[in-house]
Amino acid sequence: MTEHISDGAPIDNSQLEKKWLEQALSQALIKPLSHLVNLDQPLDFDGYVKAGGYMGATKALTELTPKGVLDLVNDSGLKGRGGAGFPTGMKWSCVPALQEKKLPDDSPFNIGSHNQENSYLICNADEMEPGTFKDRYLLEGVPHQLIEAMIIASYTISANKAYIFIRGEYFLAAERLQKAIDQAYENNWLGENIQGTDYQLDLYLHTSAGRYICGEETALINALEGKRANPRAKPPFPQVSGLFGKPTVVNNVETLSNLPHILKHGSDWFKGLSPNSDPGTKLYAACGQVKNPGVWELPMGVTIRELLYDYAGGMKDGVNLKGLLPGGASTDFLTEEHLDTPMDFDSIGKAGSRLGTGGLIVLGDKHCPVAMVLNLLQFFAQESCGWCTPCRDGTPWAVEILTRIEQGKGSHEDLSQLNELCDFMWLGKTHCALAPGAVEPLKSAMRYFKEDFEQHIEQGCCPYESKLSKQRVTNDGE
Amino acid sequence: MKNNNNDFSLNQRIPSIMVADEEIDFRQYLSSTELSAIEHEVSIMESREAAGIEALKVVQQHRGWVSDDSLIAIAQCLNISSAQLEGVATFYNLIYRQKVGHYVIHLCDSISCHLTGVDEILNVIKRYLNIDYGQTTNDGQFTLLSNVCLGSCDKSPAMIINGKHHQSLTAESVIAILNGLSQSVGECDD
Repeated sequence: MTEHISDGAPIDNSQLEKKWLEQALSQALIKPLSHLVNLDQPLDFDGYVKAGGYMGATKALTELTPKGVLDLVNDSGLKGRGGAGFPTGMKWSCVPALQEKKLPDDSPFNIGSHNQENSYLICNADEMEPGTFKDRYLLEGVPHQLIEAMIIASYTISANKAYIFIRGEYFLAAERLQKAIDQAYENNWLGENIQGTDYQLDLYLHTSAGRYICGEETALINALEGKRANPRAKPPFPQVSGLFGKPTVVNNVETLSNLPHILKHGSDWFKGLSPNSDPGTKLYAACGQVKNPGVWELPMGVTIRELLYDYAGGMKDGVNLKGLLPGGASTDFLTEEHLDTPMDFDSIGKAGSRLGTGGLIVLGDKHCPVAMVLNLLQFFAQESCGWCTPCRDGTPWAVEILTRIEQGKGSHEDLSQLNELCDFMWLGKTHCALAPGAVEPLKSAMRYFKEDFEQHIEQGCCPYESKLSKQRVTNDGE
Repeated sequence: MKNNNNDFSLNQRIPSIMVADEEIDFRQYLSSTELSAIEHEVSIMESREAAGIEALKVVQQHRGWVSDDSLIAIAQCLNISSAQLEGVATFYNLIYRQKVGHYVIHLCDSISCHLTGVDEILNVIKRYLNIDYGQTTNDGQFTLLSNVCLGSCDKSPAMIINGKHHQSLTAESVIAILNGLSQSVGECDD
């Protein structure tokens, strides 16, 4: 039950290979995204084809029109796995090439031109959300799956050029992807007249150089254009005017990776994978102060308790649960009382947080929650692009106050100041979602761990550190 | 009079910082390998400026870092102003605008590593190399930098050194890694 999807055996000889493949294929309908993941040695082109690969793309290119693929994806109910959870089909359908009727003049998607111009597909593999490492498993473990997915998505939105935008630190993933791209070209799955059709697609790998904000889709587009990667104002949305002013769709790695399977097995199968209203499976993860951190592909809607105790092995020895972030650094804290919440977009939303990327970051009761929030805010302050004032000035200001509190030099006024800052940096007052993302853990921590904040102020020190040093003294004395 | 000693000392420092764009001819400055690698990146993109980040990486790969001279040469090659390229170069964690050591240590200081003891690892590295974040050892072998989340949260604490990930770090394993690198520096000095 607690088996990692990373535990694929290396494929040394044909016997082992056969056994591995049999085992993998037996999981194909339950764990579509990860059943072919092999982190030691990912399947090459031939191996991937033998495992049923490129069948989804074949179906799309030979049996369906772009509109047909769109209908199928719409019907599947696939939602974006990058954090926001926006329906993928709806995102695509804003591309002018896929619009049947002329838009009303006052529509924000209407920029006047509705000719069938080329569009771009970009795969967002800039996985830099702290505590998130799910996409790395797919990139390193089954690169051809992503390429197949990108062929399907590009065909649907009439893109002849597509880019994978990968973060600069994923060296191994980049190497394996480039190899897979080269193999796809050699086997006529990329380039001109793909598999005898009149469809053409060129796919390029862009390795970034390390900046969190590039994961924001309009910042990513600026980065690809060679500009300083500040986010753009919306509208116009990228689907209308994105990369080099052309219609552009930006999708997350995990979102795209669902496509070959939806094409192969249909939308009803996809909906049936999950017991609730959010369809499909999800790559869930856990890290922090748990026994067995990792990634697992599970039906959408597994509860936090199951994820934490059945898969992540529970808390480290001698540590009790203090709180957790359910989906990366920019989500609200949840606590013990939320353990039975299903990890789907709606339920986590109702509990007061966001599913985000689906990766738990778990805090134990021996670690100072103020120090944890300080670490998170330091991240956001450093990675703020500096474009808008609330974020550029607000995040370092919050760091300054939190540092003071954590060192036991804070006052009660600091707490009200932090609360005010949370309002200044909230949605609608900033250029993009980075600062509101910083507010989420900060504001919720001040609510759930109010006592901890106050103890720091009243005792004039970090109570966790003094507890620790007392413990050390007792231990030394023994 | 305007010229006094203070101005003179200021002038002493200026030339190394401010290189006029026209003092550099990128065709002379960049090697043919660098030029062809940059042109390859340009051919993939729709505009020359779009190859900026790739071009910076190409030159950094060959020279270890991006000096002012390099920056100006790349900007010329891409037909953009050096100011614009500087805006790109300084935006990213992995582009070095100052000279760095032979080995650049990027220690992850984000949340998972924070929760699993990166502070101790940092102290071990600092003591071993006798440097702080942002500094280079006197022998020019190691630079220590912090890095945001490396995506190794299941195997934290983590760091990267010259394109290689090191995960599940302990005080002992970090010392072993640094020992190994120090020795290999002595053996083959490329």
